[in-house]
Amino acid sequence: MTAPGTRKVAVVGSGPSGFYAAEALLEAGAEVDVIERLPTPFGLVRFGVAPDHPKLKSVCQNFTQIAGHERFAFFGNVALGRDVTIDELRGFYDAVVIASGASADRKLGVPGEHLPGSWSATEFVSWYNGHPDFRNRTFDFSCEAAVILGHGNVAIDVCRILSKSVDELRRTDICAHALEALAESRIRDVHLVGRRGPAQAKWTAKELREIGMLAEADVVLDESDLALGATCEAELADPRGVTPAQSFKILRTFQGRPRERSKAVHLHFNLSPRVLEGAGRVERVLFDRCRLSGGPFSQVADPTGETVSLKAGAVFRSVGYKGVATDGVPFDGRSGTIPHERGRVMDGDAPADGLYVAGWIKRGPSGVIGVNRACSLETVETMLSDFADRPPSQAPGRDALRSALAARAVRPVDFTSWMRIDEAEVEAGAALGKPREKFTSVDKMLAAAFAGSGPVPQSCCA
Amino acid sequence: MTHVVTENCQACRFTDCVTVCPVACFHGDDERLYIDPEVCVDCSACISACPVGAIKEEFDLSDDEERWIEINASRAPDLPVIRSKQSPLPTAEARRSELGLN
Ligand SMILES: NC(=O)c1ccc[n+]([C@@H]2O[C@H](COP(=O)([O-])OP(=O)(O)OC[C@H]3O[C@@H](n4cnc5c(N)ncnc54)[C@H](OP(=O)(O)O)[C@@H]3O)[C@@H](O)[C@H]2O)c1
Ligand code: F3S
Repeated sequence: MTAPGTRKVAVVGSGPSGFYAAEALLEAGAEVDVIERLPTPFGLVRFGVAPDHPKLKSVCQNFTQIAGHERFAFFGNVALGRDVTIDELRGFYDAVVIASGASADRKLGVPGEHLPGSWSATEFVSWYNGHPDFRNRTFDFSCEAAVILGHGNVAIDVCRILSKSVDELRRTDICAHALEALAESRIRDVHLVGRRGPAQAKWTAKELREIGMLAEADVVLDESDLALGATCEAELADPRGVTPAQSFKILRTFQGRPRERSKAVHLHFNLSPRVLEGAGRVERVLFDRCRLSGGPFSQVADPTGETVSLKAGAVFRSVGYKGVATDGVPFDGRSGTIPHERGRVMDGDAPADGLYVAGWIKRGPSGVIGVNRACSLETVETMLSDFADRPPSQAPGRDALRSALAARAVRPVDFTSWMRIDEAEVEAGAALGKPREKFTSVDKMLAAAFAGSGPVPQSCCA
Repeated sequence: MTHVVTENCQACRFTDCVTVCPVACFHGDDERLYIDPEVCVDCSACISACPVGAIKEEFDLSDDEERWIEINASRAPDLPVIRSKQSPLPTAEARRSELGLN
């Protein structure tokens, strides 16, 4: 039992921003319930972080430690809007933090974008990482050339997965179905195409460096792309922007490398996609060659009138994630974020009482895992200052949520049940020499979660 | 590979770095901070968080910065973990201007 008057907070979403909000709230003495649509926690750490980046995934150990706190509870397999409404949550808790991330993908808005053979990087990433909603997507790797649109870290992840051999991926936690499909891949050339120049690429130096260290692929670039104008030089010289300067140095080391491997990653700059073409499926991408205009850090790509065509049977647009609206919560559809002031949700000019926001759905889909910690800390700080003006809590908290779920025959997955899923996955992985083999359907996750504890409820979205 | 706090973390101790660390790998004395290489997961979030560009990847160190690898590795484990933002040293803003980083 918690002390009378303890603040009770629900956090919707169990990715990094949700866990960091929970951590800060627990430290401030609150009782925290993290509500997650899937039976499994950790959001993009599970479904976004690339399988060949195991070190980053170790943040799950920190999240597990947070979950071990006596005032923490996990409610997996509970979807906001399906199993409980936002208004109910606001009634049950002193405050609700929306930390639902940005699960959709941005579109390019160019003709041919929806041709077969054109996919978003997000769906590809979710598929190889075993997200149940994407398990049944099919990708075709029977072509020789693939184009990736965008110069961010997600584009680099996709590039590595397409350029590594199955033997390199076999010992990672990439899903078996993806490994099997990639084993048939005939892709030899991967084109990584950005609409602006090398000084504006969004990737981080470490990720770019990895592209230069691929065992089976050479990296190829056109040296003339590394000739910079004065504004770009000024951007790179700015001491506040360490990363672009570092990655530019790395690009220079890629110049003039010999071709000695069977595959190649081609880096292209200043090419803005104009149309995806093909008879019944994508066969090529037509680009406008661009030149930059504008001041430092606000340069945009203007078409020069010249067009360039690249042959490709597979196109992955990696131009960013996009947040989706939550019923009953204010939303800015243009930016795909929830309007807020330092994490306090704003409904027009007025604060939405007891509603807060953290992570990508607050700031937009950028920033590595740790950036969400600072973001969630800000939100919690705002919440605590709002609490300071209020009488002690009368909120019923988790008991009310449990009763509401029981009345709807929803069986939540608590953290111990998640650990059973985890254990079963690790065991299945061990048999294959992998860190884990993920369950890719909600029903299988639930079966593992509730193994040996009575009948398993059928999910409605398996 | 790890990340290291270098020379520039001097007379400022901004501690913005610790707020973005996902794994609590920063340790500190009264002067400056150090990264525990055993704990750092190389996420690079701290690089752009530091107002004076003090944090670098091991790979990116110049020859005379290499010594910071050993300094971070040996100092960090003996010092307390710093996880919350603290007030910078009184000389911090002067230091930032001196480095031309306003
Ligand atoms: N290993 C890691 O640490 C890792 C891995 C994956 C993701 N992440 C992080 O997750 C966040 C999201 O990554 P992200 O790669 O999805 O996004 P991002 O970093 O924002 O990159 C998006 C890219 O798409 C381009 N783009 C946007 N609209 C376009 C259009 N209409 N036509 C052509 N290009 C367009 C952008 O170019 P402009 O600059 O011209 O807009 C940019 O190059 C980032 O903060 C990233 O660092 C980190
Ligand atoms: S000044 Fe030092 S304390 Fe952190 S934010 Fe920079 S490394």
